[in-house]
Amino acid sequence: MAYKIVASQCTVCGACEFECPNAAITMKRGMYVIEAAKCTECEGHFDKPQCVAVCPVDNTCIPA
Amino acid sequence: MQKLLQLHDFGGPGGKTLDDVRREAAQTGCSSTGGSGKASCGSGAGQGDLPPEIWDKVKNHPCYSEQAHHHFARMHVAVAPACNIQCNYCNRKYDCANESRPGVVSEKLTPEQAARKVLAVASTIPQMTVLGVAGPGDPLANPGKTFKTFELVAATAPDIKLCLSTNGLTLPDHVEQIAAMNVDHVTITINMVDPEIGTKIYPWIFYNHRRIEGVEASRILSERQLLGLEMLTARGILVKVNSVMIPGVNDKHLVEVNKAVKSRGAFLHNIMPLISAPEHGTVFGLTGQRGPSAQELKALQDACEGEMNMMRHCRQCRADAVGLLGEDRSAEFSTDKVMEMDVNYDLAARQAYQAKVEQEREVIAKAKQAELAKLVDETSDIKILVAIATKGGGRINEHFGHAHEFQIYEASSAGAKFVGHRRVDLYCEGGYASADGVEPILRALNDCTAVLVAKIGICPKDSLEGAGIEAVESYAFEFIEQSVIAYFKDYLARVGKSEIRHVARGDADIRQGAFTET
Repeated sequence: MAYKIVASQCTVCGACEFECPNAAITMKRGMYVIEAAKCTECEGHFDKPQCVAVCPVDNTCIPA
Repeated sequence: MQKLLQLHDFGGPGGKTLDDVRREAAQTGCSSTGGSGKASCGSGAGQGDLPPEIWDKVKNHPCYSEQAHHHFARMHVAVAPACNIQCNYCNRKYDCANESRPGVVSEKLTPEQAARKVLAVASTIPQMTVLGVAGPGDPLANPGKTFKTFELVAATAPDIKLCLSTNGLTLPDHVEQIAAMNVDHVTITINMVDPEIGTKIYPWIFYNHRRIEGVEASRILSERQLLGLEMLTARGILVKVNSVMIPGVNDKHLVEVNKAVKSRGAFLHNIMPLISAPEHGTVFGLTGQRGPSAQELKALQDACEGEMNMMRHCRQCRADAVGLLGEDRSAEFSTDKVMEMDVNYDLAARQAYQAKVEQEREVIAKAKQAELAKLVDETSDIKILVAIATKGGGRINEHFGHAHEFQIYEASSAGAKFVGHRRVDLYCEGGYASADGVEPILRALNDCTAVLVAKIGICPKDSLEGAGIEAVESYAFEFIEQSVIAYFKDYLARVGKSEIRHVARGDADIRQGAFTET
């Protein structure tokens, strides 16, 4: 499984890109996207997905 | 009367050459104009009770010295969009052209774009002396981008002072690097030292890879803020503390905050009014949490003043602001415009211009001292507030109808003291009076006895006088503080002769929200 970013709510602040332990989050055409193949939902790294924990806008990083 | 410094005095077609400026500078040296002023040549005009080593660092920093903010400009570059805490007065979701508050920007920059923008602004505005990274998120939640920006600017424009503004959560981790990069001014926003009060301001923080809520979040945040403050002051780095005054939440508590930060070596405390219009979509905006009135804010600032220096000239500007405090020229320096600009960074020209400003300040200080000497025999305990329309440069040089804001001075037997500013909508647009008329301005100036302007029309003058505020044009283009003292002396004389009756004024609105220079 993986997470995805709801583009319409994302403020492009970049906090998630910095925190992702798998470098799964990158800027594509002015918007951040999560590469599903790289996303581990932070299992084995942290107890919560880092993008969800740091995102300032609720319900913007959600299960794909 | 000295001629006002203008940007076009310099460079530009038909402008003066550097030699002209040097020659003029040489002419206006230390020829003291007599008077009984204490300010001698070379003294720090406006130094007040600051130690010389601190004064030297802040004397041309508009955000650290009220005196400097009339003359010197600052710029912020929005390279740090990410944040690691959530505050109830902040919503970074919207960028609207009619909004101006911290945490909101129109475009985010890469460090390389930011460095280019700094050079473009420095070439255009020679009195721009300070570069700050203030967000729109937290600079230290984006340490890579923030420090890269400083590195690039230090390499190309070494005379520009670097500063940053942070919530303090990761500050202790970065103090070494801040010191290594010669960042000599840091602002920490500290709204509480009691975690229980913190729960009403901070819903969560992101720390050690976890989102933490409740009392624990505020406890960690407060500990880290105070630790970071101690570490900075131990290294001799100047720290200003910002606090947002939230009536009913932390207003009384800020006196405790003031003591806590003073004892840890902060040198300046900036208590700002909460901005909480519902349309901003912040938690406080939506719950109807009000901001303080002008007199509530002043009372709190006055209560803390005995403890340490208070800053009262903060304009709560955006993380991409450019220009003198109170004006915003960021639209002139959008990325596409900056990339096309012909950048010519002339250090010598900047220094010559700034030296000229320093001399202007000396003249202003002397004029103020001379005027102050005339108050020596005054024992009246009357205090009045006087509003000023100014474009900067320390003079009363703005038309009432063109003023975006009024600066407020308290006049008493002790002299003239800057106590704040009030933002207003333009009364006069395109030559016509605004539809709202003068009402909002009356509410913003309601606690003032007089307003000193360069010029004012008959209608607004009558409206002001109907509200008990005297509109005065006779000090047009004169120095602000000197004029306030002179007006006060005249006021006392008229009260003494029973020409007018002194009445205490009421409270006034602090205008919330939008300030955009169009």
